Amino acid sequence: MMRFKIYRFNPETDKKPYVQEYELEKIEPGMMLLDALKQIKEQDPSLGFRRSCGEGVCGSDGMNINGTNGLACITPLADLKSPVEINPLPGLPVVRDLIIDMEQFYKQYREVKPYLTRKAPLPELELKQSPEERDKLDGLYECILCACCSTSCPSFWWNPDKFLGPAALLQAGRFLQDSRDQTQAERLEALDGPFKLFRCHTIMNCVQVCPKDLNPTKAIGEIKKMMLKRTI
Amino acid sequence: MAHSNSTKNISYRRFDTLIIGAGGGGLRAALQLSEADASVAVVSKVFPTRSHTVAAQGGVNAALANVSEDNWHWHMFDTVKGSDYLGDQDAIEYMCRAASKVVYELEHFGVPFSRLDNGSIYQRPFGGQSKNFGGSQATRTCAAADRTGHAILHSLYQQNIRAKTHFFDEYFAVDLIKDDEGNIQGALVFDIKTGDIVVIEAKTTLLATGGAGQLYRTTTNALINTGDGMAMSLRAGVPLQDMEFFQFHPTGIAGRGMLITEGARGEGGYLVNGLGERFMERYAPNAKDLASRDVVSRAIATEIREGRGCGKDKGHVLLKLDHLEESVIQKRLPGIRQTCKTFLGLDPVESEIPVYPTAHYTMGGIPTNRDGQVVTPVKDTPEEPVQGLYSAGECACVSVHGANRLGGNSLLDILVFGRSAANHIITQLQENRFHRRLHQPSVDQALERLFRWNKKGDGESVEELRTDLKKVMDENCGVFRTQEVLDEGIEKVSALAERLKDAVIDDHSDVFNTARVEALELENIMDVALATVYSAAARTESRGAHSRIDYPQRDDIHWMKHTLYFSENRSIDFKPVRTKPLSVDSFPPKPRVY
Repeated sequence: MMRFKIYRFNPETDKKPYVQEYELEKIEPGMMLLDALKQIKEQDPSLGFRRSCGEGVCGSDGMNINGTNGLACITPLADLKSPVEINPLPGLPVVRDLIIDMEQFYKQYREVKPYLTRKAPLPELELKQSPEERDKLDGLYECILCACCSTSCPSFWWNPDKFLGPAALLQAGRFLQDSRDQTQAERLEALDGPFKLFRCHTIMNCVQVCPKDLNPTKAIGEIKKMMLKRTI
Repeated sequence: MAHSNSTKNISYRRFDTLIIGAGGGGLRAALQLSEADASVAVVSKVFPTRSHTVAAQGGVNAALANVSEDNWHWHMFDTVKGSDYLGDQDAIEYMCRAASKVVYELEHFGVPFSRLDNGSIYQRPFGGQSKNFGGSQATRTCAAADRTGHAILHSLYQQNIRAKTHFFDEYFAVDLIKDDEGNIQGALVFDIKTGDIVVIEAKTTLLATGGAGQLYRTTTNALINTGDGMAMSLRAGVPLQDMEFFQFHPTGIAGRGMLITEGARGEGGYLVNGLGERFMERYAPNAKDLASRDVVSRAIATEIREGRGCGKDKGHVLLKLDHLEESVIQKRLPGIRQTCKTFLGLDPVESEIPVYPTAHYTMGGIPTNRDGQVVTPVKDTPEEPVQGLYSAGECACVSVHGANRLGGNSLLDILVFGRSAANHIITQLQENRFHRRLHQPSVDQALERLFRWNKKGDGESVEELRTDLKKVMDENCGVFRTQEVLDEGIEKVSALAERLKDAVIDDHSDVFNTARVEALELENIMDVALATVYSAAARTESRGAHSRIDYPQRDDIHWMKHTLYFSENRSIDFKPVRTKPLSVDSFPPKPRVY
């Protein structure tokens, strides 16, 4: 038997959020939290949460689980203390229950121009890139935009409109490190100033919670180094 | 807030083109259209990068010849043979010829392909690939580690940000709007977040809604893969083609369904049974573990049926990777290593992976031509375009996959035909400057479908029916089939479809009502299930993924034809396979050995 205390809020019917408790009698070995949520939704179809792939690649089911951000589909129940307290990801407005409004997060993503930009004409075949150059993208391109990192970051909570947050900065790093991109100077310039990049105080919550084992803090450090190099 | 009564305000928006679905097919088309300055609306029930293309692992086929000699004609032969000669050879030629170009384009869009020492795109061997028309193994699948779908989907979304494509994220498409003359005029959709209803009027509409893996209990597919576009087409009077051909991937994690890429065998992995035998040698002496997916899946199912499975209940076989260097696994297969650790608590570097054939891919779908135009029989002609309607990707059936899709051809399909559909739409837009007058009865019909779920009172739950449907499909429309089992399947699915009419949901709220979305999805997958069982019961031969124990042979005399299923009267029709390619000689049917 396992107990779950889940944040509930439907703006149509609830004046304020409340916590609802659920119980599951039968916990099978190997069950993930998403499996439990799906069973709870069978009891109570009004419970709202996002989900899709169920294997940690689509990034839909980020939530705060016993105080830590993570993806429900790859969080084993066996690792969780009962009652499991489940809340929406912090720092962004709640739409309903565990569903948050992610527009601010996506806006920051768009702001770093997350697309490869070339100035020279394109060749007929592929742009060459050595395996070593390609290795620099490992740990950067795998981001699934689940928002676990940014919504765990105090700098993001305080300045969501000015600080870009770890996820967007990881993307900035992904294109700064790509040997094929030809806008490095413009990208660095766009990140200059006291807030966008430099509000990162290396608290490293992002690294702790990333379900894909990525390291935004390291990526941010690399960007800072590139900026320094550029100013010398 | 919309649904409480039917007098609610509806807003109307106009675009040149409406694209429903934001996976690889939809996004590739959207990019092409945005760059041509067309006004494009992309409607997706999930944020675009959550679409199921993200889960594709192994790669995309193109005869780049970066690793070993190759050309598109060999790729074409393999695809025709892989399709068990049911694929349309004109479309297959078109796709294989276009493959290199679309992969280079992807690279230019920023896809972080893995690289060879000389800096070119990394390619790996995949199932069903050969040199020289059936000779030795080819190396044709372009890969970004084992996250190729993720890399492609994110890059395409990013390029659409650059191109300023207009997205309706988390909007659910209810039904197509069609006028009396049969022109498709857009769709009625609602904002999942608010419940607000929008009629999107468009001169052209592209369905790119993906597959229907949620037909089955154990599936590699995401929960969103509910065949929405296929069902919308059926309701608009368009048939579905070749729905009896559903691919079971040989290596889903046993009992769980997570995909283990064919690339694992491409990198040197192989299958063993309970006796420790490398059994694929018996079924496919040359290609062994890299035979076509239908062949490998049947072999696994046969080993298990004959008592040579592994584990306590002898219910699976094992995929061995532990003889490979750890560096190969870490470099080329990091994603599946992580998946094994997470879901099985084992590291493939040290232990074998328990696998079982798992529902994976819908070969059938909305019939289209090479330009992505949806086609349907009109009087005596087998296929005429449905004005204003296009489809591309897994929900469509061009048909390049025929009775069995080759690994690595799915990502290729979405790119090639997403692009070609967009190109055709661009020419159509030049000829059609104005929107037609909106056909209100069709809008009302779509509203009726939506408001039907506002019914209160007692009734069965969506969850109950969904569980029952998956069980029936597993038992009555699985890897091996007989007339008796399929006829029973028709009865059972029909009964479930009847019961669905009286089902209710208790939650009638407007804000992010996932219960309502799941109810609409169940209606869609139910329509697709009917198409699947009816088509399967009609085809009395074995071909590709459709294995009939009572008709074990392929029958080219009677069955070199595509099945068409129509919702109206649940009727079946057929049309011929297009065996004539565009420029080369036809590949006539031959016995299929690997």
